[in-house]
Amino acid sequence: MSEQPAPTVTGAQSLIKSLEAAGAENVFGIPGGAILPAYDPLMDSGTLRHILVRHEQGAGHAAQGYAVATGKVGVCMATSGPGATNLVTPLADAHMDSVPVVAVTGQVASGAIGTDAFQEADIRGITMPVTKHNFLVTRADDIARTIAEAFYIASTGRPGPVLVDISKDALQSRTSYSWPSELHLPGYRPVTRPHAKQVREAARMIVEARKPVLYVGGGVIRAGASPELRTLAELTGIPVVTTLMARGAFPDSHPQHLGMPGMHGTVAAVGALQRSDLIISLGARFDDRVTGQLSSFAPHAKVIHADIDPAEIGKNRYVDVPIVGDAREVIADLVTALRAEHEAGRTGDYEGWVAQMAGMKKRYPLGYEKPTDGSLAPQYVLERLSAISGPESIYVAGVGQHQMWASHFIDYEHPQTWINSGGLGTMGFSVPAAMGAKVGRPDATVWSIDGDGCFQMTNQELATCAIEGIPIKVAIINNESLGMVRQWQTLFYNSRYSNTDLQQGSRGVSGAEIPRVRIPDFVKLADAYGCVGLACDSPDDVDATINKAMEIDDVPVVVDFRVHRDAMVWPMVAAGTSNDDIKHARDMAPTWDDDDLGER
Amino acid sequence: MSRHTLSVLVENKPGVLARVAALFSRRGFNIDSLAVGPTEHAEVSRMTILVNVEESPLEQVTKQLNKLVEVIKIVELDNAQSVNRELLLVKVKADSTTRGQVLEIVQLFRAKVVDVATDAITIQIVGNPDKLADFLRMVEPYGVRELVQSGMVAIGRGSRSISERTLKPVAVPAPPAAV
Repeated sequence: MSEQPAPTVTGAQSLIKSLEAAGAENVFGIPGGAILPAYDPLMDSGTLRHILVRHEQGAGHAAQGYAVATGKVGVCMATSGPGATNLVTPLADAHMDSVPVVAVTGQVASGAIGTDAFQEADIRGITMPVTKHNFLVTRADDIARTIAEAFYIASTGRPGPVLVDISKDALQSRTSYSWPSELHLPGYRPVTRPHAKQVREAARMIVEARKPVLYVGGGVIRAGASPELRTLAELTGIPVVTTLMARGAFPDSHPQHLGMPGMHGTVAAVGALQRSDLIISLGARFDDRVTGQLSSFAPHAKVIHADIDPAEIGKNRYVDVPIVGDAREVIADLVTALRAEHEAGRTGDYEGWVAQMAGMKKRYPLGYEKPTDGSLAPQYVLERLSAISGPESIYVAGVGQHQMWASHFIDYEHPQTWINSGGLGTMGFSVPAAMGAKVGRPDATVWSIDGDGCFQMTNQELATCAIEGIPIKVAIINNESLGMVRQWQTLFYNSRYSNTDLQQGSRGVSGAEIPRVRIPDFVKLADAYGCVGLACDSPDDVDATINKAMEIDDVPVVVDFRVHRDAMVWPMVAAGTSNDDIKHARDMAPTWDDDDLGER
Repeated sequence: MSRHTLSVLVENKPGVLARVAALFSRRGFNIDSLAVGPTEHAEVSRMTILVNVEESPLEQVTKQLNKLVEVIKIVELDNAQSVNRELLLVKVKADSTTRGQVLEIVQLFRAKVVDVATDAITIQIVGNPDKLADFLRMVEPYGVRELVQSGMVAIGRGSRSISERTLKPVAVPAPPAAV
């Protein structure tokens, strides 16, 4: 393979060839001094498209959106120092949500490293705790191998972000390019094949259980295991809950689906986990937002925990049957093992349990109070968006109330159609991530669903979208506040709204009272960015506005949905309390007919 | 809480020590002692880490350590089945009236005098942590002027090697080069 004489290239050329060889098609980034050598050969690449963003954070989130929507590795690029540090938030986000991303950063020349040179930052040191792995490359000869390793590490095992920091002199010096035929990573051997004995033990527990639940996490999406999951669910009839990261892994329309568990989970999903006698966790990690107070979480449940990352197993919750492996292989093997159990005459008896859960799902559906003053309910906007744009569209949320409503009131039927910042909870994620998703899936309608607070953190990427021809649609759920924080202030701080009103200042530098104002005008802002801006503040206009946005396909559209500001996200389990204390509306606790099921 | 000795084989690359140390601090573990050095394989370094933790957090930190790409293997050494050694250099006050007594302690512990001044001697002692603690207790009354101690290194007893089999690099097929 490496016999033929390789042509002499620069490190920068080697980098671009390597990115091409790794299969990258799109790079989101911003040039600067140290990375400048790489941008010259990038201009000549036949297969790499570089999308010039307006802020490196946007490049990182775009790479994430691209990766989640396509299942491929997302790539972003930045220069040294501030360019690189601006990538820290998206890298941390990708690390929490297991998103395969490769970030390439320029570094000052190797001789200047450690001298506090202009635009020098120890980005490898800074990103150690927020990346799956990272590299500092100071020799041109190492570039191709390192890029190959970075893509391999990012995309295999539990996916995650990998940063490759390359010194300017490595990019400038000459080397011979050769793409490696094998990699030497003695410390990296992810286990994907589950242990057969553990799978058989799990199958045995499943048929013996009376109240099992399939607790499905984002790992099922990353593994592309939705078809296998559906087979498993329908083979057994076991109720399914999908976490915030797994929305779309199992169709919302499926009768076995109880919805999302957790702090803002449905009553049926939260209740099912609390009352279950067996939790079958597939690619989920018992996050505190799911378990609530850990000591009172699912007190009667045994746990089968399948995850590709051994460190997740037993981290938060005691596990009875650990299974390390890729979700797709684990679920496929479980199906085989369960079929064998069934053939041997051992099937689970979950009838009473399934009926009880179906009853709870019916009795406590997701709902909301319709405002009586004619103002717009945010939940209604999302219901209509779901109905009109449909389940083939991709929905990308920011973080906060609108994210929870988007998770609840949009019906997801397919994996990779719901993209959000789950673990890190990064405000500002939506617009750039939607941009990345649209680049990866140009055929799909991509909706950024954003809050007015989030939107103002990264909306400069609308310029990128307009100029680069990436026609995303943005639905701003504009309640003029930092809505989720405001909700907590309403509930836990006696409605004292400290610094959550985005339209009302306190007092100007002159000391004078400032009147309430709508700043910015999102319609004008959209216009200024070369997008179409629409506004809607009445339920009667919602359908027409969404339809109008759907008709525009050549430029980005921004819709300012001016919703009423006191809407709250329900159900809710208050932070640090038990999931048993879930409220489905303010001060409203669901009642459970546990006696229906006989023994507890 | 109990004391555990971890032998960690890592790739001999820059930054590995920072990764391991940062992981311990991020996950809330105190390292009692840490020693790093080369092994019989040039590309591999070995860390001996002493931690004082419960069993289940130890499992978690071991799993997290294993996730570090440059960590090749982690073995917990059983204290009874391994040889543990630390090196201590200590400057003890000793003038003509006390030098004899201090030298007697040195002999008792099979320690070694490595430097002498008119009012102090510098002693080198190698041993397990208990032996070093006992020795220090004996010389402390004379006055310790300065003390430096290495981290503990440890190796399992018997003929088995923890580094032998794991070090063959596993060739991983590279992603197919795009045309």
